[in-house]
Amino acid sequence: MKFGIIVFPGSNCDHDCYHAVKHVFGQNAEYIWHKETSLKGFDCIILPGGFSYGDYLRTGAIARFSPVMQEVAAFAKNGGLVMGICNGFQILTEAGLLPGVLMRNKTLKFICKNVNIRVENNQTVFTKAYQKNQVLNIPIAHADGNYFADRDTIKRLEDNNQIVFRYSDKDGKITEHANPNGSVNNIAAIINKTGNVLGAMPHPERVCESILGGEDGRMIFDGIIKNSQEAIGCR
Amino acid sequence: MKAKVYVTLKKGVLDPQGKAVANALETMGYKEVKGLRIGKFIEIELDGASQKDGEKRVKEMCEKLLANTVVEDYRIEIV
Repeated sequence: MKFGIIVFPGSNCDHDCYHAVKHVFGQNAEYIWHKETSLKGFDCIILPGGFSYGDYLRTGAIARFSPVMQEVAAFAKNGGLVMGICNGFQILTEAGLLPGVLMRNKTLKFICKNVNIRVENNQTVFTKAYQKNQVLNIPIAHADGNYFADRDTIKRLEDNNQIVFRYSDKDGKITEHANPNGSVNNIAAIINKTGNVLGAMPHPERVCESILGGEDGRMIFDGIIKNSQEAIGCR
Repeated sequence: MKAKVYVTLKKGVLDPQGKAVANALETMGYKEVKGLRIGKFIEIELDGASQKDGEKRVKEMCEKLLANTVVEDYRIEIV
């Protein structure tokens, strides 16, 4: 399976993603400079974390006009798997590939710590290796992770089961105290309606090896890879 | 020709930064502060275009890039 990791000026988790995909999971991986205009041959595109364009104007606002983003939109429209992590999630919302917006954290602080998230939907390509309601310990590192959307959009996301992870306590309870950034309904990750574009503020690529502090992020990649193998099996 | 663009958070959207600044003013003794919202001011220098066309294009810039209309409103002044 071939993963493409988009590199914007200011991306800084691109190497973490590359390392996870290539060295932990033994898959093909390539960096894709944001000026590229073709995504031919890729099975999954990752928009990594970082501070693309210095977060100027709004997070992700300028990156979404990088030439490659037109290709990402076309790739997603054709059913290709796209995962945006942290800044990648912010870019996907700015690009309109996912609804809502990620605003400044309620505390106004940059938060870099491990948090607990609960798996809300394990029927997606990305989360099928998890149990529903499983609690994961995963790092976050952001100043703008406060998910917001209007009431109708939130209702639609809830009704369609598009909320993939929520911030929770270690027992899986969704409390205000467990919500690090003020996100509506403790939302940490959402998926588009067709189930092929995921946006997540937590960083699964940072917890794929116990030597780096945990393995709770592994199963996202396991899910994607397993899905691809099944698809090949069907052909 | 210049365009002045004011980008502000929509009504009802939480503005923690504005709240923190309002609290600071209050602590400083400005008890009259009843609310404060922080926005952005963008000044654009334009060449050529007639005023009407200019405004249309600045509106386009706001919709596409300068404001995120999910949470922000914008106001344009052509001077």
